[in-house]
Amino acid sequence: MGSQPRLVEVRKNVLKQNDLAARALRERFRAAGVFVVSLVSSPGSGKTMFLEKTLTLLRQNYRVAALVGDLATENDAVRLARSQAPVKQITTGTLCHLEASMVQTALEGWDLNQLDFLFIENVGNLVCPSSYDLGENFRLVLISVTEGEDKPLKYPTIFNSADVAVVTKMDLAPAVEFDWHAAYGNIQAVRPGMQVLKLSAKSGDGMQEYLGFLTERLNEVRTNERTNERTTAAAPMENLAR
Amino acid sequence: MHELSIAMSIVEMAQEEAERRGSVQINAIHLKLGALSGVVKEALLSSYEMACEDTALQGSRLVIEEIPVVVFCSSCRAERPVSSVQLFCCAECGTPTSEIVRGKELEVVALEIEEWAHNPV
Repeated sequence: MGSQPRLVEVRKNVLKQNDLAARALRERFRAAGVFVVSLVSSPGSGKTMFLEKTLTLLRQNYRVAALVGDLATENDAVRLARSQAPVKQITTGTLCHLEASMVQTALEGWDLNQLDFLFIENVGNLVCPSSYDLGENFRLVLISVTEGEDKPLKYPTIFNSADVAVVTKMDLAPAVEFDWHAAYGNIQAVRPGMQVLKLSAKSGDGMQEYLGFLTERLNEVRTNERTNERTTAAAPMENLAR
Repeated sequence: MHELSIAMSIVEMAQEEAERRGSVQINAIHLKLGALSGVVKEALLSSYEMACEDTALQGSRLVIEEIPVVVFCSSCRAERPVSSVQLFCCAECGTPTSEIVRGKELEVVALEIEEWAHNPV
């Protein structure tokens, strides 16, 4: 016979394993000095084209690489390889999102110290990836003008988990009568203060501003890192002086 | 649809906890689910049943407490609800804010267990 049922407190984060793996990745990225950007969007928003252009242009001055997640096929890795940057495909099978452990596995054999930027393209999905930290420095959510201005209102959670929004395919804006102000307003409604960039990966309009934004973030992280190193290095000297 | 893998993690976690405590039966798992967790309650409930099949947790309940979004409003200088997840403004004064205090939870908070007076084995 069983005794009286009772309630015991446990307090356990369901995604703890992923969060621990992500934390380990973040520490590895920091130690190697690589700036990591993850990309989330709906299927068909132009993530791969956007990433191909990003890699091609950044490669001129920086060491870049990419991991690309898809349910099936290696098509995206093949397309991205045209940029000449190292690219690895992560095929998730039926899984609708990337998890930190998959990033860990995919990075085997890569020397992160040889990189300035690492891009992680998530599976095309605006729902599931929002729950999984991949250890990235920041998460970029991409929407295209053909998806409509109300995308942020339909998927507020992913916008809330992202750090910057990019509106792409701006070359098609007149054809689809895209209302930039409405889209911008909707992004600000679900995530006040979020930085929003607009561009066309195809025509190249807005790409320089976006690349400038990325390199600024890289420099910020590296400057902070150097300051921290100096403070740590300076500490024993201060102790001696005292 | 990542609720099934989340349900499986919950079941696994509860099983570990049950093993750690010796001979106990888990009747229910209490979970906090934030509005911004990215997990849908209904999908999680049906996934939970599937995840429990053929495990010691078969027949157990998943009790979900939904946690609404709470932000820190810089104008009110207090924790406030938001107008909606589509409009991240303080529900009291309308100031836009993205400083989230609660609403991202996906956390097992308690287990309803029944201890066996004598080891049934």
